[in-house]
Amino acid sequence: MTDYSAVSEAANDLAGARIAITGGTSGLGLALVRECLARGARVAFVARTAERVQQVAMENAGAHGIVGDVSSKEEIYPIAMQITGELGGLDVLINNASDLGPVPLQMLSDTDCEDLERAFNTNVIGPFRLTKALMGALAASAREARGAVVLNISSDAAVNPYPGWGAYGSSKAALHQLTRIWGEEHASENVYFLSLDPGDMDTPLHAAAIPDADLSTLKQPADSARELVDAIAATLTTSNKSFAPANTVSRFEGAIR
Amino acid sequence: MIVATQPVQRPANARLLVVDQNRRIDHMLRTSFVEYLQAGDLVIANDAATLPASLQGVHNASGDSIEVRLAGRSSLRPEDMNYFSAVVFGAGDFHTRTEDRLAPPHIAVGDQIILGPLRATIEKLLGHTRLVLLRFEGTADHVWAGLAHHGRPIQYAHIAAPLELWNVWTRIAGPPVAFEPPSAGFALDWHALSQMRDRGIEFETITHAAGISSTGDEELDRLLPLDEPYRIPEVTALAIQRTKEQGRHIIAVGTTVVRALEHSASGDGKVRAGDGIATQRIGPSSRLRVVDAILSGTHERGTSHYELLRAFLDDATLERANKELDESKYLTHEFGDSVLIERPC
Repeated sequence: MTDYSAVSEAANDLAGARIAITGGTSGLGLALVRECLARGARVAFVARTAERVQQVAMENAGAHGIVGDVSSKEEIYPIAMQITGELGGLDVLINNASDLGPVPLQMLSDTDCEDLERAFNTNVIGPFRLTKALMGALAASAREARGAVVLNISSDAAVNPYPGWGAYGSSKAALHQLTRIWGEEHASENVYFLSLDPGDMDTPLHAAAIPDADLSTLKQPADSARELVDAIAATLTTSNKSFAPANTVSRFEGAIR
Repeated sequence: MIVATQPVQRPANARLLVVDQNRRIDHMLRTSFVEYLQAGDLVIANDAATLPASLQGVHNASGDSIEVRLAGRSSLRPEDMNYFSAVVFGAGDFHTRTEDRLAPPHIAVGDQIILGPLRATIEKLLGHTRLVLLRFEGTADHVWAGLAHHGRPIQYAHIAAPLELWNVWTRIAGPPVAFEPPSAGFALDWHALSQMRDRGIEFETITHAAGISSTGDEELDRLLPLDEPYRIPEVTALAIQRTKEQGRHIIAVGTTVVRALEHSASGDGKVRAGDGIATQRIGPSSRLRVVDAILSGTHERGTSHYELLRAFLDDATLERANKELDESKYLTHEFGDSVLIERPC
């Protein structure tokens, strides 16, 4: 992986950047909200539960909370409209909201179709719809030399065939490939697409997948958030110069189980 | 012309009537529009996304149902969401032509209106009993969320199925500040933009809060277009200057782009980056200082859009073009065919 660590030295390196984060009230998403705010960004976050959205907005001054479900076709445009409305445009979209599939994890042949569908709706179709609805705003940011980045949260399960992770892994694989193709198609417009694996973290999603995991082996979401935001900051600063990082920066850590 | 009744932004057979700078008229498929442009030309579109500006609700004083169509706002700032000018309709919806809609109840300053999750007060009447200044209660985020969940895009009686936001947002839609779609931009998609890049044609945007196009009331329609705030990015202003210096052409996608650019240049002929409010009307006596050509919908005589085309072309040539549009059965209105009109050289 490209080393972005030097970037985090600057505390306010995202000053004024307009960033939207889905799944922003727990786990990695919440850590991303806090990290982006701490680095000076203007943040809108999306989550399904109104009470949680309100609570996180209250605890994180300046963050715009948006209630919505990215897996629902009808909710995408209301979400997109609030993001660009409240932020006045958009420089960075982080598609972070994820669905694990069946809980507890099941072998693929035991997975209900509905669980697979839900995972694909949240992890693939939702990010597709939301990114498409926001592409105009992102391309405008790129033209105005603010930089434009879409970060899709990936997983090592997108490339490794872990038994039991069929719905999640196959949907994350689809999202990864979507990211790569989008990156190719919009490279000449300077809209950059990242697909990054945050590593195995101590989050509600991980606890649902592996309830008896040894927590001491897991990363803190705040640490992953810092690395991911380093990557965004580096891409924003380079995206309008002749040097550009690979359009799709992927880091797939080794197997954890 | 024939009214387009299907909400399809880019039908494969959409047509384009071209009036070139020698006043020659040509017909082509709209998808081949890019081939008509020259390397070095600059295409400028309006990247405003469309608000769900139609809100159903209740007028407290009378208890009557009403529809409010947001029609204008004095700034594009995300936090300025309390004050809107709006047109009030009586009970009913888009299935009735606006001309035939019930009149709203008597509306007075200070009246309260409940629009789903939003509460608003009538602050002022704006020169007509149905045109009002509304003040929404609550924070900007509360108003954004209320519009997102309760508002619907302004609908049209000639389109049977209710329009959703995805029907009216252009591919390049960014800030949601337009009250009706900047529909000339329906012609553009990402493929067309990539074709332009390949051919050395520049593309930039402005953001212009396109207002309401028709109210069904002649007296009110005479007040249109209302004042419209716009924003011109630095990069767009620079590209215009460069294009002018090189003697290349500037092509506006839609009447809103013409209105914003010409308003910005009304002082010394130079387009300046930044925010402005377009207050002028453009018609046969207007002198265009920036825009060389316009890609637009097909417009009917008597509308403010048609008046704007008269700034590009003499009436005799426009009449010839109209005749061809009629004879060739071009489609008109938001989802109709297009025209590309160059100013004569």
